[in-house]
Amino acid sequence: MLVSTKWLKDYVNIDGIPTAELAESITRSGIEVDAIIDRSQGMTNVVVGHVLECVQHPDADKLRICQVDVGETTTQIICGAENIAQGQKVIVARPGAVLPGDFKIKAAKLRGEDSNGMICSLQELAIESKLVPKEYAEGIYVLPEDAIIGSNALELMGLDDTVLEFDLTPNRSDALSMLGVAYEVGAILSKEVKYPEVAYEESAEKAEDVLKLRIEATEENPMYVAKVVKNIKVAESPLWLQNRLIASGIRPHNNVVDITNFVLMEYGQPLHAFDYDRLGSGEIVVRLAEEGEKITTLDDAERTLKAHQLVITNGKEPVAIAGVMGGLNSEVHEGTTTVVIESAYFAPATVRRTSKEHGLHSDASTRFEKGVDPERVIAAAERAAQLLTEHASGEVLEGSVIFDELDKTPVQIMISPDYINKRLGMKISLEEMLSILERLKFPTEAIYGKLLIDAPTRRQDIRIKEDVIEEIARMYGYDHIPMTLPFTESNPGGLTPYQEKRRIVKAYLEGAGLYESLTYSLTSEKEAQTYALETAPITKLLMPISEERSVLRQSIIPNLLEATTYNVARRNDSVGLYEISSVFLDEEEDGLPKEIAHVAAVITGKWINHAWQAETKPVDFFVLKGIVEGLMEKLGLAAEVTFEKAILDGMHPGRTANIYHNDDRIGFMGQIHPTEQNKRDLKDTYVVEMNLDKMLSVETEKLLYTPVPRHPSISRDVALVVQSETTAGTLEAVIKRAGGDLLADVKLFDLYEGSKVESGTKSVAFSLIYRDPSRTLTDEEVVKAHEKVLTALISEAGAELRV
Amino acid sequence: MEQKLNDLKELALSKIAEATNIKELNEVRVAYLGRKGPITDLLKGMGKLPAEDRPKMGALVNVIRETVTEVLEERMAKLEEEEINQQLEKETIDVTLPGRPARTGNRHPLTRVVEEIEDFFISMGYEVAEGPEVEKDYYNFEALNLPKGHPARDMQDSFYISEDILLRTHTSPVQARTMEAKGGAPIKIICPGKVYRRDNDDATHSHQFTQIEGLVIGDDIRMSDLKGTLSLFAKEMFGDEREIRLRPSFFPFTEPSVEMDISCFKCDGAGCNICKKTGWIEILGAGMVHPNVLEMAGYDSSVVTGFAFGMGPERIAMLKYGVEDIRHFYTNDVRFVSQFHRTEA
Repeated sequence: MLVSTKWLKDYVNIDGIPTAELAESITRSGIEVDAIIDRSQGMTNVVVGHVLECVQHPDADKLRICQVDVGETTTQIICGAENIAQGQKVIVARPGAVLPGDFKIKAAKLRGEDSNGMICSLQELAIESKLVPKEYAEGIYVLPEDAIIGSNALELMGLDDTVLEFDLTPNRSDALSMLGVAYEVGAILSKEVKYPEVAYEESAEKAEDVLKLRIEATEENPMYVAKVVKNIKVAESPLWLQNRLIASGIRPHNNVVDITNFVLMEYGQPLHAFDYDRLGSGEIVVRLAEEGEKITTLDDAERTLKAHQLVITNGKEPVAIAGVMGGLNSEVHEGTTTVVIESAYFAPATVRRTSKEHGLHSDASTRFEKGVDPERVIAAAERAAQLLTEHASGEVLEGSVIFDELDKTPVQIMISPDYINKRLGMKISLEEMLSILERLKFPTEAIYGKLLIDAPTRRQDIRIKEDVIEEIARMYGYDHIPMTLPFTESNPGGLTPYQEKRRIVKAYLEGAGLYESLTYSLTSEKEAQTYALETAPITKLLMPISEERSVLRQSIIPNLLEATTYNVARRNDSVGLYEISSVFLDEEEDGLPKEIAHVAAVITGKWINHAWQAETKPVDFFVLKGIVEGLMEKLGLAAEVTFEKAILDGMHPGRTANIYHNDDRIGFMGQIHPTEQNKRDLKDTYVVEMNLDKMLSVETEKLLYTPVPRHPSISRDVALVVQSETTAGTLEAVIKRAGGDLLADVKLFDLYEGSKVESGTKSVAFSLIYRDPSRTLTDEEVVKAHEKVLTALISEAGAELRV
Repeated sequence: MEQKLNDLKELALSKIAEATNIKELNEVRVAYLGRKGPITDLLKGMGKLPAEDRPKMGALVNVIRETVTEVLEERMAKLEEEEINQQLEKETIDVTLPGRPARTGNRHPLTRVVEEIEDFFISMGYEVAEGPEVEKDYYNFEALNLPKGHPARDMQDSFYISEDILLRTHTSPVQARTMEAKGGAPIKIICPGKVYRRDNDDATHSHQFTQIEGLVIGDDIRMSDLKGTLSLFAKEMFGDEREIRLRPSFFPFTEPSVEMDISCFKCDGAGCNICKKTGWIEILGAGMVHPNVLEMAGYDSSVVTGFAFGMGPERIAMLKYGVEDIRHFYTNDVRFVSQFHRTEA
């Protein structure tokens, strides 16, 4: 909403209040003033000129030499506009003038001819092209004949004005009119609101004799008022009226349309003018559209209507989409002589739905959608009739054609001052409250110590007690609310065990060298299930913005790879990222998708990069596995977690493992398949993705201390040659089983595959620690236990002992 | 004899002085004090002396031996020290060379902000509540006083999955769910999480972003309680000198509704580019829970009241750390994320 302060003065006295101060008080009491626009933009020396003579420039086809009377003198100005003509009153920027954009006007020679200034278009005065009347859109602006030569053209064009731009919240539709703004400003400044005086003479002919009205959809259209105005002369509007529309962001068209728009801005009541003769039937019927019915709207677009959309018809075909846009077939045009002015109350939901369905959001629909003031429906029609008599030489037929089943009873709210103070934590006196309500013009009675308030119909947002509390608080000033803390039961507050463990996981992964990342949940259908640990039907958006972000992901890895590619392309060659986010599995038919928190990580490049001491190490499977194992240790799951070789889509077939918690597959890790790496412009890259919810939901045993061993342990090494396929995991399992209770620890310390062993075999060495926590072991006992291990390795794992 | 002894002493002492390293000095020791050395020889030859001379000469030999030993030990200690010093000299390193990096990562700046907010409210007795990112229209809108067709739904253009299911546009549905689940009991929660709106991504818009909201429900919670809580929060987050101001606003789920500004932490109210010359920075939206919202969740709104507030960690992080483009939070450039490593006073 653009509020011209110059116009606002017609309704409320704001003299002597600096605009910035006014804007600040409006903002502080509830309507945010987004911008204060000085329309003069510092322009000076712009006057009304009279083109006395206009001849072709001898040396330039497109230029004309004009002799212009600018009041004190007649001066020569060269003009390039096509619409310049002798006899016109025009806007002249004299030498020394400064136009917007720091455009300084100087006397100059154009192709050998003197030019003392510039004849201006409206665009040159910082009026947006879309607001310039169409006939002047391409050239200079031509002023009315009665413009006084030499007078200040900025004043004449209403540019000596400051406009406040309101950022209105949806509840404050009352401020979508100058009168509404006047009420708000009046309440803030304790000033009265002045309505325009509406009086005009009616002709003897009665409106109801020439126009029949039938409302067939009374729920959607509970009130309809039509006035008929004859003998109209369609012409340009008076300049002051055009100026006000331009200041409000509306382009002037002709006096009839401009008057309906003027009243819309003034009263907040949208009006529509039909050409009576083009209606052709002397009848207006408001009904729901027939499914598939068509209308060509004022924007020259043919629109197909739906059965729930409300239309105005001439009894046969639609002439307007109610509250949204008029039809081309009944548009007021140059030759129009009789108009029907429509002022109505259309149900907000109907207009809202229809305008959305047609993608048509007009000044009218915006107001109908929020609910117009029922008390202004007739008043606005009267005001338009008056203006048509004054500025379009119209003759208003007697009376109006009215259908009215609209309930205009104001909402009554009963509230006690104590209640208000209790809710606010304040001590505002009853007198103070009454004074605020008086400023707001809320009719109020104080009975039995309570306030009985009739919410004004212009304030559709005042419905319940809390609305009144807000009105009183905002007018009293939120700065006066004291600061207290709630009295509630004092709970300790805190994180749930799950939330706490999730923070620990983050801290661990960061300590292990990974940065936390955050990527988008929405992805393409193609990527949604790439590298998914588990797949299910995909959750799809009904209306995505792009294919790239059209469905919810079931895996985090593709996003982490994307982030890695992004980094590598920017020469961040070594990347280590992790993310904890939900994936979405749409398992149920109608319900919400299952959201499962996953933890995923990616590493690429160098893991250790300490070059000057010749210590650099590229990432590999075991770097990542070490991080995963450490995490399992941290969560107390290590003993139940195993890694098993796996072949998974898009993963390196020899370097991928499934991760199991007991028998439950909770994740996988490994190297991205080299082909995939190439596609994503990556070098060796390792990833892991695990079901965090499962990991954090395992109930681990209480942490109890194990006594630090007091008795010495005995260490024995064993070197084996086994078949290449025999895994370390298998060997370790054999050792552990055979070693029994005395075996305290086993560690692989050497692995060799190469020319020194037979091909197809490898050499592996383990270090075994034997210990009994309660006593010192004897040599014989250790020998016996170790023999058992060796025997098992030979018989169960086909190992050959190396000596 | 005496003369011989003194000559021997002088010779030994000069040899000791000449020795430049431990090895040479040890050779001197062996040569003069060893079992085959001249002093031992002298002692051995004592028997040949007349008996009355023996004690005197014996004493003299001992003095010489002690003197030589003492000087030699002294010299030895000195040489040893020199040797160690030489060794240490050789071991000297350039301490300005870079250390072996301890590889660590860190939290994403948004998580950092969220956790800071969480921790403040936890200290005030709040719990952290979470809920689904894909929500029912009921919890996202209807239970929050936004029935179908409500104009304020336009403020939050949504990604729908079906007519009744959408990506949540705010974390408020967690509040609605919590209220419903609490069955009339008091509540003190904050709800952080991801939210989604139908926006094209640019420097100030992101179709996915984060939110953190708070909700307090109890008997006779007042608007002054909201103001006091927010003021403490502002000081905690942006510094003790911060003042707050509330401006009236509109949210369908609160009445009255406010927006909270803090005094600009860069210019302290003088006016700068951060506060757009106003001296104030908008930080969050808040209000008293709308009676309809309370009633829908089964609370008696004539007795039970509450306040709610909500803010965007992106905005707070952008203000706090001077980040100019919201997209930085979602591209995960290591050169960006790694800057949020260190502690702040």
